[in-house]
Amino acid sequence: MGVSPSGALYAFFIQPLTSLYGWAELGVKATPLVLIGIALSIGFRAGVWNIGAEGQLTLGAICGGGVALLFYEVDSVFVLPLMIIAGMLGGMFWAAIPAFLRVRFNANEILTSLMLTYVATLLLSLLVHGPWRDPDGFNFPESRIFSDSATLPTILQGTRLHLGALFALGGVLLTWVLMARTIIGFQVGVIGQAPAAGKYAGFSINQIIWFTLLLGGAFAGLSGLIEVAGPIGQLLPSISPGYGFTAIIVAFVGRLHPVGVLFAGLLLALSYLGGETAQITMNLPLAVTGVFQGLLLFFLLACDVLIGYRLQIKQTKTTATQGVSS
Amino acid sequence: MNEIIIAAVLTIITAATPLLYAALGEMITEKSGILNLGVEGMILLGAVCGFATVHFTGSGTLAVFAGLLAGMALSSVFAVLTLWFQASQVASGLALTIFGIGLSALLGKDLVGIAYEGLPKLFILGITDIPLIGPLLFSHDILVYGSFVLPLAVAWFLKYSRAGLILRAVGDSHDAAHAIGFSVLRIRLMAILFGGAMSGLAGAYLSLAYSPLWIENMSAGRGWIALALVVFATWRPGRVFLGAYLFGGITILQLHAQALGIGVPSQVMSMLPYLATIAVLVLISRDRNKIKLNAPACIGKPFHPTS
Repeated sequence: MGVSPSGALYAFFIQPLTSLYGWAELGVKATPLVLIGIALSIGFRAGVWNIGAEGQLTLGAICGGGVALLFYEVDSVFVLPLMIIAGMLGGMFWAAIPAFLRVRFNANEILTSLMLTYVATLLLSLLVHGPWRDPDGFNFPESRIFSDSATLPTILQGTRLHLGALFALGGVLLTWVLMARTIIGFQVGVIGQAPAAGKYAGFSINQIIWFTLLLGGAFAGLSGLIEVAGPIGQLLPSISPGYGFTAIIVAFVGRLHPVGVLFAGLLLALSYLGGETAQITMNLPLAVTGVFQGLLLFFLLACDVLIGYRLQIKQTKTTATQGVSS
Repeated sequence: MNEIIIAAVLTIITAATPLLYAALGEMITEKSGILNLGVEGMILLGAVCGFATVHFTGSGTLAVFAGLLAGMALSSVFAVLTLWFQASQVASGLALTIFGIGLSALLGKDLVGIAYEGLPKLFILGITDIPLIGPLLFSHDILVYGSFVLPLAVAWFLKYSRAGLILRAVGDSHDAAHAIGFSVLRIRLMAILFGGAMSGLAGAYLSLAYSPLWIENMSAGRGWIALALVVFATWRPGRVFLGAYLFGGITILQLHAQALGIGVPSQVMSMLPYLATIAVLVLISRDRNKIKLNAPACIGKPFHPTS
């Protein structure tokens, strides 16, 4: 690539965090990652593979943004809560489709939820190219810029850090309580680790599928709404740089635990931010972010073997013997 | 009229070819008991490596091999993770896709906007001139001809060859295969590499023949459609062929609807392949027994020779 490695590493990991603005941006980027990541981690624990969070995020943005455009002239404190509810319902609706198809027709939720992601992206493109295009926007495929009452207030003066970040923290707390203190959280864990035992105990697998997918859809839809009502402020043909997919990595890096997901979300938000800094200062392509994220997950998966197994040194050769967790 | 039919069938063939390669490769991988969700990533890496090779060397043959090797190389990462490190196949496959999308975009950043005339068409003297059949079946590039032969070869391999029998044994009961003395991990490694190679070919076809250029994310979900095709085909090569051509037929609707003046927005037409994938998946999966009887019994289950 023709740039010095140390300089690139500095631009990627350190430079974004040298200013208050950088930290605030980190929060902005971490918000959707954490929100989706925690919801996905619950699904992954139960063995429900919701890969279509990106599509649910898009639908949340469409529904929430639709409300914002509908009440464009209305200046009321109720617009924003209504948008939030609409966004969550939109995401839940999009997640309900794979849930229904899985429960009723046994269709693989990985493939159906992913296919719906492409459909959602095309739907958004259709809307901003057509009926929702800004009438004064010189034919650019963009919606109107949302009015003030439809925009999330910033919580840190002079930055883009907005109210959504608090939602993410609340989400972490909520899911932690859910997983550690409620029956359904316990059922999720049992069904993921021992489906037979769960069945014997009378837990309904179908109920868990519905629960985890709807939860994922709600959180993804919420973060989609947060994106359009926060940092973006309008509907564009593309509203997410792959947050829904990166959240899968966030869930794994966070070891499927709400608190872990919080830190993993910050780490991967840094990878987005670092990618942008490296693009501006060193002219590296943004795709560096994706490569870094993929490598991170590779190494994490490979490291699991060192956690589950113990290395034993035997005279001259090294062999792996089975450890506790396998 | 003849010309319209020929153009339509040619569109179907070109749209079906990449799906056919990727789905047949994945089918062999799944037959060995491994679910590799990284098809999309391997296709993209194959596409960018194929295109880069033809751009720098000018040789289409080398480019096809580069695509094949690139897919294979990426699948070897998956093999190390799932076979050696016993990592979750679903998670590793997703990682492969995310990594492949990123890496292909990084490698291809200087290739965007460059055009290539496309793989040379191989005409067979005499036969190509036969009306109707000639242009339909004998006016293609090497990868399309290959896609005609591959389903037959895979079907023969699985049904009649000893190696195919061993492969199915490993996929249906790895413990039994291990007990007889077959090396489960080595056979699965081969199956994964074959799947990667075919995905790489699918990618090479996309960037060298289907639309001879490189764009980020140009596979547009074909890897996932290929995965769905394997389920749709209930793990049978003949039905993979059928399914791929069915999807080719849907793509043609997308391309020709506007030419015919149907007033549907292009985005709605672009949704069709994805909606069709969901529809066929639902149709085939609703019969649980059918899936159970046809799916390799050990699919997705890790195997460790010492346990």
